[in-house]
Amino acid sequence: MHNMSLGANETVTRPGEAVNTTDCFTANELEYTRNDTVLFSGLNFKLYGGEMLQIQGANGSGKTSLLRILCGLTLPDAGEVFWNGINVHKQSYDYLKDLSYIGHANGVKNELTTLENLMVARAMSVPKEKVSNIAALERVGLADYENTQVRKLSSGQRRRLALARLMITDTRIWLLDEPFTALDDTGKKLVKELLSEHAATGGITLFATHEPMDVEHFKITIITL
Amino acid sequence: MIGLRQRSELVNPLVFFFIIVTLFALALGAHEETLRQSAPAVIWVAALLASTLSLDTMFHPDLDDGCLEQFLLSHQSLTIIVVAKIMAHWLLTSAPLIVAALFLGLMVYLPQNAMFPLLATLLLGTPVLSLVGAILVALTVGLRGSGILLTLLILPLYIPVLIFSVATVDNAAKGLAITGELYFLGAILVLAATLAPLATTSSLRIRLG
Repeated sequence: MHNMSLGANETVTRPGEAVNTTDCFTANELEYTRNDTVLFSGLNFKLYGGEMLQIQGANGSGKTSLLRILCGLTLPDAGEVFWNGINVHKQSYDYLKDLSYIGHANGVKNELTTLENLMVARAMSVPKEKVSNIAALERVGLADYENTQVRKLSSGQRRRLALARLMITDTRIWLLDEPFTALDDTGKKLVKELLSEHAATGGITLFATHEPMDVEHFKITIITL
Repeated sequence: MIGLRQRSELVNPLVFFFIIVTLFALALGAHEETLRQSAPAVIWVAALLASTLSLDTMFHPDLDDGCLEQFLLSHQSLTIIVVAKIMAHWLLTSAPLIVAALFLGLMVYLPQNAMFPLLATLLLGTPVLSLVGAILVALTVGLRGSGILLTLLILPLYIPVLIFSVATVDNAAKGLAITGELYFLGAILVLAATLAPLATTSSLRIRLG
């Protein structure tokens, strides 16, 4: 069991200020128990636009559970999550409009092509008009696979397709569970670039990973469960 | 589109339907009168079992590939997504069965005056199978042994549809009135269409929460 508050944990703070102090993502006194084991309790943090939160911990420590609580899929045993001052469960429409989540699974259909998957993703979220589906595929290195069914792609390519979803949706909060899974060095560099660009535009990112994050100029707070 | 690209899942319920009806016909022998009397029950039981066979494909693949989480986290209405999935399931599974049933009706000597009532009961009843089935699939998605659990839970709920449908076709074959039974089936369909999407949505939230 870990008692968590922001000041008690390892914190990496880089020079720079929050890009956007209007947006605020807050967790208050979060607690969660699984199989009679308290995974975390008293967890607090506050993030403004342009900031990131990295969640570390051993297998089974509750990283995925925490992300699922933050995106509203799971209810915590105690505590609340706020987006711009309002509990996320009391404003689910507005909160979900601002949220993108990539879990362990990629959230893509094997029977559809890469382009068709992005079309579905665009229809189900707030689309980013200035980025086309083709441009997103080019950016993640899948330009030659727009008419290829996802079942024929490697696991790394499927992960890249999941990342392409982030590019075509206009959301301010990204929740990413092990975003570097199955990616090669080029793919990992791409993820870091996307996180930097998202932060530069005032977005907030929370992610679970053990990958060292050398993302410069943006505040990253690290929580270890 | 996904269903059309998974040909095995498209064909399996249809093949299963044909096999059941054929087995019944073989087991009951070549006696025209026996087959004629059993025809409504045989066709409806076969359609019901074939529809149940394909229910697992409604949400289980979405859970496996992470798309179900995306549906729940989309700001778009989950109820609308659920309705779309139920309609897709009916179109891909039950609609071909309805066409096949009319041909198989001839094989089991179903009287001509019972063909249209059979069609009517299938059009009213098979959507109910998809709607009610969706609730229980959502409640059991991802559970170990969910296949047998689903079957045990769902078959009792299908009994009213089965009874009214078989009674309709039986009465039609005997030249009796069938309006009452059709009204009951229509009422069940309206009730299911109204409540099942909401119940399915809640079930998915509970199951993934």
